[in-house]
Amino acid sequence: MGHDDTIFALSSGAPPAAIAVVRISGPAATEALNDLIGMDIPARSPRVVTVKGTQGNIIDRPLALRFAGPASATGEDVVELHLHGGRAVVDAVLARLGELDGLRQAEPGEFTRRAFENGRLDLLEAEGLADLLAAETETQRRQAMGFASGGVSQAVAAWQDECLTIAARIEAAIDFSDEDDVGDADVAAIHMACAALAAKLAAWLDRPPAERLRDGITVAIAGPPNAGKSTLLNAIAQREAAITAPTAGTTRDIVEVPVAIGGIAYRFADTAGLRDDSDDAVEAIGIARALAAAAEADILVWLGSDDPPTHSATIRIAAQADRRSGVEWDMAVDAADVVVSALTGEGMAALLDAIAGRARDLLPREGDVALNRRQRDTLADVAAALDDAQCARDLLIVAEHLRSAMSAFDRLTGRARTEDMLDALFGRFCIGK
Amino acid sequence: MDNFDVIVVGGGHAGCEAAAVAARIGARVALVTFSRETIGAMSCNPAIGGLGKGHLVREVDAYDGLIARAADAAAIHYRMLNMSKGAAVRGPRVQADRVLFAAAIQAMIAREANITVIEGEAEALTLDDDAVSGLVMADGRLLSAPAVVLAAGTFLGGRLYRGEWSGAGGRTGERAATALGKQLRDLGLPVARLKTGTPPRLDGRTIDWAALVRQESDADPWTMAPETRARRNPQLFCAITRTNEATHEIVRGGLDRSPLFSGAIDAKGPRYCPSIEDKIHRFADRDGHQIFLEPEGLATHLVYPNGISTSLPDDVQRAMINSIAGLEGAEIAVPGYAVEYDHVDPRCLDRRLGVRAIPGLFCAGQIIGTTGYEEAAALGLAAGANAAATALGRDAVHFDRTTSYLGVMIDDLILQGVSEPYRMLTARAEYRLRLRADNAWTRLGEHAEAVGCLSERRLDALAAHRTALTEVATLIDGVAATSSRNGERRSLGDALIQQDIAFRDAGDDHPALAACDPVALDEIESDLRYGPYLARQEAEIRALAANERIAIPDDFDFAGVGGLSNEMIERLDAARPETLGMMGRIAGITPAALTAVLVRLRRVAA
Repeated sequence: MGHDDTIFALSSGAPPAAIAVVRISGPAATEALNDLIGMDIPARSPRVVTVKGTQGNIIDRPLALRFAGPASATGEDVVELHLHGGRAVVDAVLARLGELDGLRQAEPGEFTRRAFENGRLDLLEAEGLADLLAAETETQRRQAMGFASGGVSQAVAAWQDECLTIAARIEAAIDFSDEDDVGDADVAAIHMACAALAAKLAAWLDRPPAERLRDGITVAIAGPPNAGKSTLLNAIAQREAAITAPTAGTTRDIVEVPVAIGGIAYRFADTAGLRDDSDDAVEAIGIARALAAAAEADILVWLGSDDPPTHSATIRIAAQADRRSGVEWDMAVDAADVVVSALTGEGMAALLDAIAGRARDLLPREGDVALNRRQRDTLADVAAALDDAQCARDLLIVAEHLRSAMSAFDRLTGRARTEDMLDALFGRFCIGK
Repeated sequence: MDNFDVIVVGGGHAGCEAAAVAARIGARVALVTFSRETIGAMSCNPAIGGLGKGHLVREVDAYDGLIARAADAAAIHYRMLNMSKGAAVRGPRVQADRVLFAAAIQAMIAREANITVIEGEAEALTLDDDAVSGLVMADGRLLSAPAVVLAAGTFLGGRLYRGEWSGAGGRTGERAATALGKQLRDLGLPVARLKTGTPPRLDGRTIDWAALVRQESDADPWTMAPETRARRNPQLFCAITRTNEATHEIVRGGLDRSPLFSGAIDAKGPRYCPSIEDKIHRFADRDGHQIFLEPEGLATHLVYPNGISTSLPDDVQRAMINSIAGLEGAEIAVPGYAVEYDHVDPRCLDRRLGVRAIPGLFCAGQIIGTTGYEEAAALGLAAGANAAATALGRDAVHFDRTTSYLGVMIDDLILQGVSEPYRMLTARAEYRLRLRADNAWTRLGEHAEAVGCLSERRLDALAAHRTALTEVATLIDGVAATSSRNGERRSLGDALIQQDIAFRDAGDDHPALAACDPVALDEIESDLRYGPYLARQEAEIRALAANERIAIPDDFDFAGVGGLSNEMIERLDAARPETLGMMGRIAGITPAALTAVLVRLRRVAA
């Protein structure tokens, strides 16, 4: 095996929980299990076992599973203990393992790193797994599954094939031009083939980026001072995330709250009230930031009767329905998409529906796999090389651009710059996965 | 016992270059061959150069090798292939008179005071522990040397096939070196079979030339070796004809008597040079296949019909030939045949073409799975230079795939092995825009000087070429022209490139250029034309260089790196890559595998 030491960690969420999974990977994994339970168990055959402390006291009766490397998740010998998920049980088992020779706590991302190093995952799969482990919402999980099961790898392989096929046509014309079966290459046809592949890539690049899934859709709550923005945010977040007070201008900076609703991750941003006549320098800065946040947000929730700043996804709210009335209110209600009282809860469901409706347009469609920044950049390089290829008349230069495209594909599956990518990749893992 | 620094077995293209380069470096060389007469013989088609192959010829020439100068001495037809395409993929190719070619090679070998030609059969290598110490001849003579280059071509375990007939041998009428082949197997070298073939030779007097399309020699007076100042021989024309339905019918009717289809031969032949049997069997929808009729020389009537390599029985070969336009009355002087032969899996070699398991033993040419005179000559040069370096205690001579086709070929062979005879193609060179046939001296001159294989004559010529390049570069950069459109000033070179005017044709408007060396003009023009791409490749090469510097120790245990698939371990153990960069180029090696090995190397180092 590649590593001499054996690592272990709690691989499930923080206890207490119904079940806690402790994973052990490395050459001493099987021996460690035998130490803990005082017997051998066959590989790939779950057993209920008894884990005893050094004094012979029973710690827990977990389910134990053993996988022999290299046919395991990490490519090494792996043991999983499915413990009863109390904090004391987990602590006791981890302490026991720590006392064994050659065993140590895993560092963040170390299991996945070993899996990757041992050829159990390709880079796209490893990235997908990192996302899967960090996934907090159902949509994120589905997206990550798409990578982890190799969906993107397959698509890339198909494009790579297509690129190779085009390149092969050119190479035949260059290296076998004296053969009458080959003859001269039809440059126009090659340009068309490049365009066809570029179009497929463009369709993928047009998909919403994966960052929205991973980091959440940004929703800016904006409007004039004291319109009830912070109260609305608190109602959405169902906790006191922003300071609310009946003084205009309380929120001077941006308050951002991550919230998952209906399986979609959002980041709601409460912003300073927008007004033209602030004398307060600090508040003025807050207003400038609020305008910027509103412009950058994926969705703008606008409170109040004034016209909102131009934004492609605006939801207009008539807020504070519990304490408003009169002509101005009636006008606000007329202009609004939703009438809301954060205090009574009136209209909140309709607002969340409206937000979800907008969000769905911004997210990858069901079954689509979205690409992250690195993947998008690399595919954009491929697309650019294909565009260049379409402009070149010299067959040799067309071939050169296709070679660039091929090497960009290599970068996507991780052939080049191995180390930089690994550092970035494995830094994202939390312990024990 | 006779003592030498280097013994070369084989007097073909690989052997001659190996012996000659070792001699130029200063080694005392024994060149062992069955017969002095066959030194420099062209066993297949009478042509030198071609696509990719022309590059190799010019590269060997950059190390002051023999093949380019011999090709010029023998050339009876010049043709620059891919003339309509970019300079980097143009392939210089000549038809060569066999007699003149062999004579030129033999004369150059004879002039080399350091080479002793020894006639006879090499029987066995002698070993001292695991290392080579010399050679025993079949007649009992002992030759000793610390380095031996095996360049035995198809003579190891060679077997000829024609129809129902088969017999041992390398070329028609010559013996096969079977004892040596058996010893290589016994020493545990990985040996496998390959096959190749050759077409029947025709009597040119019986061909109806008037009925055929002629292809004349190029009018443009380029030569294979830049040092050759003028063409020496009268130029002959080639002719083109085609097979037809009747031909195909005849071939189909004879397939059951072809050793390729009867099962007598099961080794793999080259996909890029299939026999006519293969062409007709695999591409049944084609109604004809092109044939080039190439004269074999000035003093012979033999004609080589390029494109119909075959091992069909004599009577079928005759009927097939006579079914082709222009060949209705043609007579076969020597029938075509297939040859199946042993080759050593090149993955057992290191970058010097040395056998890892047997220090002092080097291999070059067809014996390590290549095909073609040019590939053989280039590998001979590399093996000979390294054999001399070993014997004289000098640094190993490495060829880099970023600077030469020779480097590409060696890297491909020793890392990937061969599944068919390996032929050079420009597509194999990822940096081919830099690796042009027209800039071989510039690319490799410095390396050749360092290797110490350049004669005084060549050192002078190289200096003159560099001066010519500097002159052109100064003119091209310095003389500013004003663009008529926007008044912007730019260099003469940029202006000519923009207007798509060849530098060598610009002499009328720019008299200073007319006085320049046209070869230097072409070279600088190509540099400028491909400038942006060359710069980009340069950056790419720098980025990859880090992995080339990470050495993998000889005894590194790939199987001990967890998670590598059995297939990967097998390939890595067969090829034993010397650096992480080389490992990454082996087919089927994933980025994950590369990382796993890198991590293990770091841990070993720590």
